[in-house]
Amino acid sequence: MALRLGELWEYRDVMIMLAVRDIKLRYKQTALGVVWVILQPLVAGLVFAVIFGRFAKLPSAGHAYLPFVFAGLLGWNLFAGILQRAGNSLVAEAKLITKVYFPRLLIPCGAAAAALVDFAVSLGVMLVLLVAYGVWPGAWLLLLPLVTLLTLVLAIGLSLWVSALNVRYRDFMYALPFLIQVLMYASPVVYGLDLVPAAWRPVFAINPLVGLLEGGRAALLGGDGGDSLGLYLGISTAWAVAALVSGAMFFRRVERDFADNL
Amino acid sequence: MASPILRCRDLGKCYPLRQNRAKRGYRTLREDLLRIPARLWAATVAGERKSGDFWALRDVSFDVAAGEVLGVIGRNGAGKSTLLKILSRITAPTTGSVDLYGRVGSLLEVGTGFHPELSGRENIFLSGAMLGMRRHEVRARFDEIVAFAEVEKFIDTPCKHYSSGMYTRLGFAVAAHLDTAILLVDEVLAVGDANFQQRCLGKMAAVAKGGRTVLFVSHNLGAVGSLCSRAILLDEGGLKQDGPSREVIEGYLARVAQTSGAEIEGLSAAGPAWVRAARVCDDAGLVRRVFSMTEPMRVECDVTLSRPGSYTLSLQVKEFDFNPIVHCTSGDAGFILPEGPGDYRFAITVPPLQLYPGRYWVRLALTETVSGVQHEVDRLGVQIEQDFSLCARPLPRQAGLLYRTASWMQLPVPPASVSVPVAASSPSSPLS
Repeated sequence: MALRLGELWEYRDVMIMLAVRDIKLRYKQTALGVVWVILQPLVAGLVFAVIFGRFAKLPSAGHAYLPFVFAGLLGWNLFAGILQRAGNSLVAEAKLITKVYFPRLLIPCGAAAAALVDFAVSLGVMLVLLVAYGVWPGAWLLLLPLVTLLTLVLAIGLSLWVSALNVRYRDFMYALPFLIQVLMYASPVVYGLDLVPAAWRPVFAINPLVGLLEGGRAALLGGDGGDSLGLYLGISTAWAVAALVSGAMFFRRVERDFADNL
Repeated sequence: MASPILRCRDLGKCYPLRQNRAKRGYRTLREDLLRIPARLWAATVAGERKSGDFWALRDVSFDVAAGEVLGVIGRNGAGKSTLLKILSRITAPTTGSVDLYGRVGSLLEVGTGFHPELSGRENIFLSGAMLGMRRHEVRARFDEIVAFAEVEKFIDTPCKHYSSGMYTRLGFAVAAHLDTAILLVDEVLAVGDANFQQRCLGKMAAVAKGGRTVLFVSHNLGAVGSLCSRAILLDEGGLKQDGPSREVIEGYLARVAQTSGAEIEGLSAAGPAWVRAARVCDDAGLVRRVFSMTEPMRVECDVTLSRPGSYTLSLQVKEFDFNPIVHCTSGDAGFILPEGPGDYRFAITVPPLQLYPGRYWVRLALTETVSGVQHEVDRLGVQIEQDFSLCARPLPRQAGLLYRTASWMQLPVPPASVSVPVAASSPSSPLS
């Protein structure tokens, strides 16, 4: 099945304009604008820090719990944000899809690009936290672009599946938030991998987010990702590539019928 | 015919008519999962039973030459929009194929991709991109677009503050400046005020003259007749006629005539005043469709005026759906409509017009004088028959519209020798 990448390139302006529109609307409509984007993960981080760090005393691999959980949330929010926005993007753009043609693949991609801006803002907050807590990751920081790219690829790949299924099965929309929630607690966001018994870790690491979140943490907080980080990242890479390729192929195959099903 | 730029072969589009789907339009995963046992049963034991399919389009084939302007006509549900959606690649055909040799721009609505929160400027770029323009193309034509839409002053205002007229103008302006080899236009001219519609038509004509290929879908037969040299007629999903636009329009009207007649009833409420029912009848008040060219025609209508005001009733007799021949208003005749509110019945008697035999259409319009809000009843059909006591030879329609005998006389020929050379006449300008 051809992916017709040339066509995507020809229409690239559509994706850019969709992303620009989403970003503009996000920062224009809400009175709080950028503040909201900063506040959301920060408040979530603080709540988790108090409940899981202070009350439940979850281990945080020797780091202060707030930067520890914020580093986890950073990667998680990028992943979940893309999945949520891009997953519903086709249904949200139904009016467009039934009235004009351009490669529909650009719609979820545009939504993902908009989510990337939120990530950039959160990353700024993270850097401030690192300075405040006096953490310097050093050369580990070089791992961050790779981890981010992998997260992006995985999230977009899954979004292609989700968004296309959403067009065909409208009740998928209700299942998605639930699935995302479950996945969050099955991934090392608010806890570290060291909480998981060593015997269980190989099974646990089938989850592609394990490598990505642990990798992101290592990149931001500096090292100590454990000996198996390379393996975990390898698993994540395999997942990400598989998701993107299969998602794109599935999407391209069913996109002809979108206009009839919306 | 020159080499085709667009070629359709055996196009068909089938929509499955599933019972629960008809109600809601989409499937749910839950239903599909629950239906698996039933489907297995149906496939293995009961055998596949095909539920009703609906063919919106079937076996449609035609070519369009480069630079041709093709009109697509047909009544609602005939498959016109489905055809455009297939040609513009929004939806895929179930059968057949489309070959397009050039970039396609489609204009299926006004303001594609517009977002009310964004400014006019932002929306121009957004909509332009969606319609297939590159950013530098939009930038190059930006001033032209803004000028055409007449929104210079509000270009940085969010579109939600635009009047509907401004919104429509801007939406059309963006699309009208699409520079594609093939342009597909659907019914967009049905919006906006008369003045703007006229400008849209003008723009369309300019586009057509510019050598681009245009497919123009419209109910406005007048526009199709004047813009398009060729037209195709769709009915019940099939291609029924393909030829010179005037012929095809006549074919369409003949089809419509079978279903719509001299009487229209049960029109629903609209605006401050509306025509509930209208009919063409003889002077005894009996509904009639066929009139002799020397008979007066009486049009009766039932009218509801919902609020007090000043109203005008007007009547047009038209050739086809366009080319008005006669226009009569209550005001010109000194007839004053009641102020309302209330239900009324009026009769308008049109004197014998001596129209050439053929099919004509009567349009009634009820206007609130102050606001200009109008409700119209279009397409009351009448058939004019020849009155052989007036003229014994058959009157061919293409020879004229109004039968007149005129007065004829022979003049004496002046003697040839006295002829004055015309060229030698005074050289002074006639204006001096």
